Amino acid sequence: MSEVFIVGAGIHPFGRHELSGLDQGVFAARAALADAGVEWRDVQCAFGGSFAAGDADAALPRLGLTGVQFINVANGCATGGSALLSAYWAIKSGEFDLAMVLGFDKHPRGSFNPAPADMGLPDWYGELGMMLTTQFFASKIQRYMALHGISRRTLGMVAEKAFANAVHAPHAWRRAPVALDDILNAQMVNDPLTKFMFCSPSEGGAALILASPARARQLGRDQIRLRGAAMRTRVKGSFEVFSPSLDIERGPSPAELAAKAAFEMAGMGPRDMNVLQLQDTESGAEIMHMAENGFCAHGEQEALIQAGATRIGGPMPVNTDGGCLACGEPIGASGLRQVYENVIQLRGLGGGRQVPGNPMSGYTQVYGAPGLAAVTIIGK
Amino acid sequence: MRAIAPELFIETPEGPRLLGGRRHENGEIVFPLPQGGERAFYEPVELSPRGRLWSWTVQRFRPKSPPYAGDEDERGFKPYAVGYVELPGEVIVEARLELGEVEPRLGLPMRLEIVPFNHGADGDWQSCYIFRAEGA
Repeated sequence: MSEVFIVGAGIHPFGRHELSGLDQGVFAARAALADAGVEWRDVQCAFGGSFAAGDADAALPRLGLTGVQFINVANGCATGGSALLSAYWAIKSGEFDLAMVLGFDKHPRGSFNPAPADMGLPDWYGELGMMLTTQFFASKIQRYMALHGISRRTLGMVAEKAFANAVHAPHAWRRAPVALDDILNAQMVNDPLTKFMFCSPSEGGAALILASPARARQLGRDQIRLRGAAMRTRVKGSFEVFSPSLDIERGPSPAELAAKAAFEMAGMGPRDMNVLQLQDTESGAEIMHMAENGFCAHGEQEALIQAGATRIGGPMPVNTDGGCLACGEPIGASGLRQVYENVIQLRGLGGGRQVPGNPMSGYTQVYGAPGLAAVTIIGK
Repeated sequence: MRAIAPELFIETPEGPRLLGGRRHENGEIVFPLPQGGERAFYEPVELSPRGRLWSWTVQRFRPKSPPYAGDEDERGFKPYAVGYVELPGEVIVEARLELGEVEPRLGLPMRLEIVPFNHGADGDWQSCYIFRAEGA
């Protein structure tokens, strides 16, 4: 099995734009190629996806009709993560030397409104107004707060940190700081979460170039390894989005399972990670994911966050570019943005948001419908 | 008034009951009773009308239509509580909740009720299930 290197990374700023989702993806693809110092015709295989902005292989006429093996990936909120996983396997197998991963999206404003039947659910579930992602996230953190002693103030501090970090991230969407009191006192969306505690669907594109060790050395880009990548779907007993019923006997979350698998692949543990990008669909998700991914015990987040542990400069910096809260969530690109941000951090190019002390390893985790999580670990 | 969907709940002499499904091979209970091809793997089971609050939130914006089918428009929309109720020894079900003035907390006793929800395509009332907090 071959080692896998990340030799190029590109992004189109997240937010709201005139450009189509596809064009934002192509922008990111060209940026990643230029960053790696390769041409599109050099790419041997490519994996890409969007959730709401069309087929990723529509990028081919724009990038060049080279006959490349391009595979469209559609896997809900793990679309970007699954495209990355596919390219990782392709390089790791030894079959290919150079692969592209592409993700982009452009969502309508407001909450997602999937059709119940598309997810194997009865129509009445949507008709009664119970099939909303925001409700799930709010219900999950509401119970978690009661069981593990997390305060509303801590929820607010997660959002405050996101906007403060995004000030220094050129690709972020919401780049103005928001005061803690304004976050806590803002319009309630789904109790206990106010509008500043939720991310919004948005637009953007992100791309990565993966290479074999020989190709990475040839390019002078053999610094950053993709040490582990795994995704997992829901198992019995996990509390998932769009669940009309749950088992009384509780089980592990997909994030817990993907984290364990990725750590095993990398031969590393949570304490080895220097910079973390954790799915923050809302403030509570970041808090819960800290524990689900193994970075603390359930309930420890309250003291850690109050002490600033997750801020840039703290011992476990989380979402250094403002995460989904500040970047929004274009589904196809969101997981790749996390990896892009870690590449920037490991290269030491984070500017005002750079994690000090030469971070050697970075961790990403996405979570989403219908109950899946994808994790990557990169390292120098 | 007819139910918003068949085999969702039934009326019994002791009051309404949600219909779950008990899987033949392992006895596991799910809600709702699966329909279509999966129906063959389950036997209908009347679920307990009493349970305890497992989690909750309040839906403060009108969900998009489709799929939401409430009669009211944006202006007439009233926030509603929604969450999960644990039916002891059976399953945890998601439901709209009526909390009244009762402060929600984990373990709050809740009971099943059938209430009018919206008007169907033919203009007739359709009913849905909710869980009401004891004392609300």
